[in-house]
Amino acid sequence: MNRAFPVLGVLTAILLSYALYMALVVAPTEQTMGDVQRIFYYHVPSAWTAFILFTINLVASLVYLARRQPAADIVALVSAEVGVVFCTIVLVTGPIWARPVWGIWWTWDMRLTSTLVLWLIYVSYLVLRRFSASGETPVLAAALAIFGALCVPFVYFSIWFFRTQHPQPVMGGGGSIDPRMLHVLLINWLAFSCFAFLVCWSRYRLEKLQREVEQAQALASLAPRSPR
Amino acid sequence: MPAPTGITRATLRKDLRLEWRSKDAINSMLFFSLLVVVVFSFSFDPSAEESRQIAGGLIWVAFLFAAVVALNQTWAREIRNQVLDAYRVSPAPANSLFLAKALGNFIFVSVLEALMTPLFIAFYRLRAIGPAWQLLIVAMLGTWALVVNGTFFAAMSLRTRSREIMLPLLLFPISIPAILGMVQATTAILTGEGARVWIALLLSYDLVFTTACLLLFERVLNAE
Repeated sequence: MNRAFPVLGVLTAILLSYALYMALVVAPTEQTMGDVQRIFYYHVPSAWTAFILFTINLVASLVYLARRQPAADIVALVSAEVGVVFCTIVLVTGPIWARPVWGIWWTWDMRLTSTLVLWLIYVSYLVLRRFSASGETPVLAAALAIFGALCVPFVYFSIWFFRTQHPQPVMGGGGSIDPRMLHVLLINWLAFSCFAFLVCWSRYRLEKLQREVEQAQALASLAPRSPR
Repeated sequence: MPAPTGITRATLRKDLRLEWRSKDAINSMLFFSLLVVVVFSFSFDPSAEESRQIAGGLIWVAFLFAAVVALNQTWAREIRNQVLDAYRVSPAPANSLFLAKALGNFIFVSVLEALMTPLFIAFYRLRAIGPAWQLLIVAMLGTWALVVNGTFFAAMSLRTRSREIMLPLLLFPISIPAILGMVQATTAILTGEGARVWIALLLSYDLVFTTACLLLFERVLNAE
């Protein structure tokens, strides 16, 4: 397992550079938007990765509530942290694209607003984890994760009633995309997922070690001092 | 052991009696929402015709902020003298306690709304173009949405550091769909458009989150 980590690291680095090359050089330039459109290869894969991580967070929280395994709690924490990072990338790259194309930085449209609300929900999840005492944090956090996930369809439907300005979704939304562009998009998504997995993995190991250290320290402080 | 409804009733009666004698929550909520109304009136012209468009949002923001004041006091009262610990070791079902607290908060916030609404109507010269009785439904569903999640999150933030600030941080993001529903429904009724969709949204939000609260409350109460 310890050897797999650097191997995956190198693979991810190669994949990311290949994906960057594909996105900036190989992918055809969009007719009306020009080169600005290339940010799409970062925006969309980040969004997909963030949604997958938030789903993992929900599943891990449910598993934790059912079985009380500390590993599930760490997975929930790690996926929320990395998911918030990717969600932040989505929220930052969106306006960078929107300014030249729509002429505005931000609009209160359905997808933009619901992504922002999603980001707020998971930031509040991380805030709760930071502020609560160590013993009960996992249960409270798991409950909040379930509430957050339940909230997602409501956020989406409540904002549905405002007219949407965002381009139609690439997959299953009736929007058409050049197959070469789709190819590059999928490669970028693969690279981003590998990267997310790598970060989650190293964060998981770090969190696990940190908990072991805390436990050892707590035990050491309880143990009777040996006479010199 | 008394029936679960008996426990709910007893706890609710105790909370109402405490509130009736101290009037802590209702007084602070009333004064707080009054301040919000006055502060808002400085930021725009309250008598203009356009203020009808934003009045729905205004009313609910004032009630939301005021409700947080009451919600924060819900459980804090039980920490003194270890009442909550006694409750945890007793065989009484946790959900009875939760329902009593949620109903108590619902009553407090409803009283606040009943007292503040006439003031709002007078200050902002409101008059509903649509069917005004629907406002009552919106108010009840919206208040329950705020209060049920608020009671749950207040129990959650109880044992965190700086819990007074923790509650709004947890409650507001999750409540965004409900707040949107209340504001849009109120505005639609005031301006004479249909509010059906928003009422349906509020109703389903209430059902889903009440169920979630009842399913998860015991774990949160006994979290160690």
